[in-house]
Amino acid sequence: MPIVPKKHPMPSQDPKVRAHNFDEVATGYTEEIAVAEAQRCLNCKNRPCVSGCPVGIDIPAFITKIKERDYEGAYDVISGFSSLPAVCGRVCPQETQCEAKCTLGIKFEPVGIGRLERYVADRHNDNVCDSAVRPAPNGHKVAVVGSGPSGLTCAGDLAKKGYKVTVYEALHTAGGVLVYGIPEFRLPKAIVAREVDGLKRLGVDVETNVVIGKTLTVDELFDAGYEAVFIGSGAGLPNFMNIPGESLKGVYSANEFLTRSNLMKAYRDKSDTPIMKGGKVAVVGGGNVAMDAARTALRLGAETVYIVYRRSMTELPARREEVEHAEEEGIDFRLLCNPVEILGYHNESDKRDPKNGCVTGIKCIKMELGEPDERGRRRPVPVPGSEFVLDVDTVVMSIGTSPNPLIKSTVKGLEVNRHGGIVVNEDGLTSREGIYAGGDAVTGASTVISAMGAGKTAARAIDEYIRSKKD
Amino acid sequence: MYKILEKRELNPTVTFMSIDAPLVARKAQPGQFVILRVDEEGERIPLTVAGYDREKGSVDIIFQIVGATTMKLNSKKQGESIADFVGPLGNPTETEGVKRACIVGGGVGCAIAYPVAKELHDLGCEVTTIAGFRNKDLVILEDEFAAASDRFYRMSDDGSWGEKGVVTAPLHEMLESGERFDVVIAIGPVIMMKFVTLETKKYDQKTIISMNPIMIDGTGMCGCCRLTVTDAEGNRVTKFACVDGPDFDAFTVDFDEAMMRASQYAEFERKARDEECNLLKKAAEVNA
Repeated sequence: MPIVPKKHPMPSQDPKVRAHNFDEVATGYTEEIAVAEAQRCLNCKNRPCVSGCPVGIDIPAFITKIKERDYEGAYDVISGFSSLPAVCGRVCPQETQCEAKCTLGIKFEPVGIGRLERYVADRHNDNVCDSAVRPAPNGHKVAVVGSGPSGLTCAGDLAKKGYKVTVYEALHTAGGVLVYGIPEFRLPKAIVAREVDGLKRLGVDVETNVVIGKTLTVDELFDAGYEAVFIGSGAGLPNFMNIPGESLKGVYSANEFLTRSNLMKAYRDKSDTPIMKGGKVAVVGGGNVAMDAARTALRLGAETVYIVYRRSMTELPARREEVEHAEEEGIDFRLLCNPVEILGYHNESDKRDPKNGCVTGIKCIKMELGEPDERGRRRPVPVPGSEFVLDVDTVVMSIGTSPNPLIKSTVKGLEVNRHGGIVVNEDGLTSREGIYAGGDAVTGASTVISAMGAGKTAARAIDEYIRSKKD
Repeated sequence: MYKILEKRELNPTVTFMSIDAPLVARKAQPGQFVILRVDEEGERIPLTVAGYDREKGSVDIIFQIVGATTMKLNSKKQGESIADFVGPLGNPTETEGVKRACIVGGGVGCAIAYPVAKELHDLGCEVTTIAGFRNKDLVILEDEFAAASDRFYRMSDDGSWGEKGVVTAPLHEMLESGERFDVVIAIGPVIMMKFVTLETKKYDQKTIISMNPIMIDGTGMCGCCRLTVTDAEGNRVTKFACVDGPDFDAFTVDFDEAMMRASQYAEFERKARDEECNLLKKAAEVNA
């Protein structure tokens, strides 16, 4: 049988339609497409894809099961490695991980591994009611701080080993960035809720509205009988550029903009949370979060949405599929541009004019790429005299975050690096015995899957630690 | 869910509630705040801790009915519950080493100023309180302040309560006569805190103000509570009221910017309040 050179395309909502709704963009493979895509896998000897996966899923094994139409078998393979397959199939940057290593990809397009993973997970979730056999309790308690991808993974892996796990969440809903950050149209919240429910059925307790470092401290958790603590408190305070005008009305951090829309459901009419809607919007930055903010602004009713990014399309760090979707939906990419000032309205004759202090535009300077920096990315250099103004009403700053200060300031002896990230060894162990950490709290803003990988590593290490203590 | 253990009207626009929240009560200190959500569709709003009972496990809040959310909160009865209540957030007011303090409270800001005054008084500090209200009908916590203060100045805009005038008048007199405090703590509308600061700055009198900006998560994630302060080197830097505050050295804060930012959703709030008002009116008609 000849090899199909291209990935089977992902069925999606029409760009013109989806730009005005919050329903999921990609509707998912059908059974026939999934089997046909699985048949593209060469089942090669080297299995390079596995080494590209941060949690080491046995990819060829689950694809073989799809070829055999044994979908539950495929699900069992994946769930042996990943606790959130329906999430990863949607949000992993496969093109730089498993699919980047795919042998088929040398000559043709790689196998659509992420799309197949999603198919298997969705099919399982739609058809199988988990009876979730609770593992026999081993009598040991572990606390997990934060219910994002690293915390949920760590909790799930430990619960499966019989640990009594309590997850503490600061917000009113569990899921971390999966609920406050990633929009509904990319990751439906029902999927996250289902994953959290799955953990609860395993016996995991989820305590919302508890801020570790404020309501309780890590040391109090030890006093309460927890033998180990995993910190997955995630990314913290948003970064700003420190350019004039960032305090004007209509300037958001991406965290604020997305939290208003996703967590607080400001896109729905009945929500009490306000958000700027309509008009022209500039999103500054080129990561996944920037794409999410831009596409959210569009769906909230913006007439024009710009992405302002200081490098070129080649360096743009967002997941490829999100960039393609954004382009199809009509997001206007202003590449090789960097903001120098945000402009506001000032009515000198009427200090009470409600428009005073509102954003009117963003002044940018054109950039060109110079020498590569220490990470090998070509450094953007401003072109003198090339300033220009984009007329906008809203600016969303999406240029990364710094780790949250609440934990490190309340845990004595917890070592952090100069960026404020928690220092850990290869097992996720911090400078304090019994305290492990992973995800953005350690690395700074990164991906869902790398946070899950860290949660997984820490769960293994915590299990070894507690068992070694017992002996 | 968090049960409302007690509800009292302090004046027609200000309500006191005591909420069952043992974990928050165990840790709460003056100057800290909580974030609450009335129901599943509700927004998250910050309210400063007005009191707490560690044994009963209750935390007190005092709020002014200004918008849709506070209106919704006020419609809840004693014995009913609210969806979410998280805290204590922010840093407690610094009381260490304070022997003489002047507490300046304006309007509903007095609800925040009172626990600070009481804490200092309980610690044996000499407390001078200046409280200001628009008129006598809006006065709250008069007896409480009187009990927690060595000197108590009552000020109102129209003279219907205490002296007619603004809170800065007695403050000016004291400072001008050479009196000094270890700290002046001003809590109230941003415009009042700005004028208190203009006054104390003339005398180089150390002053702390408590910011109460728009917030969502309150834990250092969203960044909407940001304000600009001038650091020791004279650089303008961004701070976050939720984790760096809510108390700040008054001489460093850009008040004009804070006032501007506070008005971001004024129009939205007005509409939401009118809608909520109509809803409550209709509900009242149905019940009647």
